[in-house]
Amino acid sequence: MLAHAIVFYFFSIITIFSSIMVISAKNTIHAVFFLILDFVSISCLFIMLGAEFLGMITLIVYVGAVAVLFLFVVMMININFSELKSGFLNYLPFGSLIGLVILLELFIMVGAWKYKPEFLNTSDLTFSKNISNTESIGNVIYTDYIHYFQISGVILLVAMIGAILLTFQKRDFLKRQSITDQVSRERSDSVIIKKVESFKGVKIDD
Amino acid sequence: MIDIGLGHYLGLSSVIFTIGVVGIFLNRKNVIVLLMSIELILIAVNINLVSFSVYLQDIAGQVFTMFVLTVAAAEAAIGLAILVVFFRNKGSIHVDDINSLKG
Repeated sequence: MLAHAIVFYFFSIITIFSSIMVISAKNTIHAVFFLILDFVSISCLFIMLGAEFLGMITLIVYVGAVAVLFLFVVMMININFSELKSGFLNYLPFGSLIGLVILLELFIMVGAWKYKPEFLNTSDLTFSKNISNTESIGNVIYTDYIHYFQISGVILLVAMIGAILLTFQKRDFLKRQSITDQVSRERSDSVIIKKVESFKGVKIDD
Repeated sequence: MIDIGLGHYLGLSSVIFTIGVVGIFLNRKNVIVLLMSIELILIAVNINLVSFSVYLQDIAGQVFTMFVLTVAAAEAAIGLAILVVFFRNKGSIHVDDINSLKG
């Protein structure tokens, strides 16, 4: 029980600290690194909760893909990031006011809400069931949620095609496939049959 | 304090959500940090879904967390692609410069 509390507070303090650093870091590279720290500690929280599969997936997808994508874009874009920081203090009073109001609303909602009696206490949580977390997700994801699963695959496909199309650059010196030109080619465009007389040869031009 | 319940996780997720929203307000010029703030908001929602799923002993919340993860990954890819194209055309990533559609 005590260990649960210590680990929870440890990871949540790291999470909150690194999220604050993400939005306030001067250097955008540092912001990306703090984002990675944030994702790692959140995935540790997931694993602690008993959702091991999602913890690992968060690690793979967020740290391995999304954060690295951010890192690549920050490095590719050659820009002076410090001047982008100007105006930070102008927005600080307004932004923190809005944030305070949102936080207050969320805490009022969570605090005033009565827990259902069937909610479990942490001491009752059974992490070692007969069936593992991954297995129980797999049991429903290919049966009950198969349509949602397929649609999420389509979303990823569309995102991939969109990202490729957006960043695609046309260069003149590269030869690319042109499907319409290739398909509409006729035999007469490219092949001529000539009778070659002996000792005279043939001219291709005429 | 010692007994960690659902309320603690909800509190953590609302703090992260608020930090993400404040980040959108504060970083009005840097689109990359704006996108990172959106990621923070999405992961706050994920914490909410996972903790409810664990405390209700219902696996559906974790399945939906996977779908949120999918959408977050797709959104990041598209957003960064748009950012790269925008930088190629304008040479800057100022949010103030994104006004071509104003008419």
